[in-house]
Amino acid sequence: MSETYKVAAIGDTASVSGFAALGLSVFCETDGAKISKLINRLAANDFAVIYITEPAAALAADTIKKYRSSRLPSIVLIPAIEGNTGDGMRALHEAVEKAVGSDILN
Amino acid sequence: MARLNVNPTRMELSKLKKKLVSAQRGHKLLKDKRDELMRQFMILIKEDRQLRTEVEAAIAEADRYMAVAGSVMQREALETALMLPKQEVELEVGEKNVMSVYIPVFSPKYRTSDTSDIYSYGTAFTSADLDGAVSALSEVFPKMIRLAEVEKACQLMADEIEKTRRRVNALEHIMIPDYQETIKYITMKLSENERSTTTSLMKVKDMVLKQSHNFT
Repeated sequence: MSETYKVAAIGDTASVSGFAALGLSVFCETDGAKISKLINRLAANDFAVIYITEPAAALAADTIKKYRSSRLPSIVLIPAIEGNTGDGMRALHEAVEKAVGSDILN
Repeated sequence: MARLNVNPTRMELSKLKKKLVSAQRGHKLLKDKRDELMRQFMILIKEDRQLRTEVEAAIAEADRYMAVAGSVMQREALETALMLPKQEVELEVGEKNVMSVYIPVFSPKYRTSDTSDIYSYGTAFTSADLDGAVSALSEVFPKMIRLAEVEKACQLMADEIEKTRRRVNALEHIMIPDYQETIKYITMKLSENERSTTTSLMKVKDMVLKQSHNFT
């Protein structure tokens, strides 16, 4: 199976506008409900990878969790322009805890 | 341990024995699956962690450039510069089967193959820091794609490991002991029946002999 999919970036303007130059579809959104809707729409519309800034992801945590166990899209947290909140790394630790039973990375 | 609610017959006994054999076989197979999944998962997690550290550092650097560009240039000018991208990226999504977990494999396709041809604006009206931000992002982009792949794989595998672990535990601590106990119960009951038949036969024989021959 091999089809073409698109890549998106969601977050505040300053953090994600740089990705526009790389050819990603950029969506500037800072409202929680709108972000959730947007993620649902992108997931249904051939987007394979969604990069989302950590503050934006925190506003739509439930929607992101919903897509965690589905094959596509892959939602990846990236630091916003204000700095790294460590949420992305925390998600990684959560996965380890789920699989192993305890967080063995520390 | 709870004994299963079955009739103590030979039929049930042979059925249960077959079930026990397949449960033990399934337990061994699932245990192997769990161990292998765990091994693969640990490799992926290590890669994920390293990639994430690298990507986060690179994005932080790009963001620094972007912050400077944003302060030097007007917001409208910045948005106009990035409005019509030259580069376009599309992903081909394949699939890889790791221990029956289907994980996606992304291979990016760029419209322009030349990596220096990504600036969608003239250099006259934009800040050099914008170039820095764009080039920093484009450098790290292949790693970001790999990160998306690895993170999805980690999430899917974590789910699968959890499921497999539960199955292994259910077989090991509940199903197999239950079967064993029920088999033991039926065997005991059957041999008890046999003994009771033997004794009653002996008794009847005694009675018959006594009646016909007046044996004492």
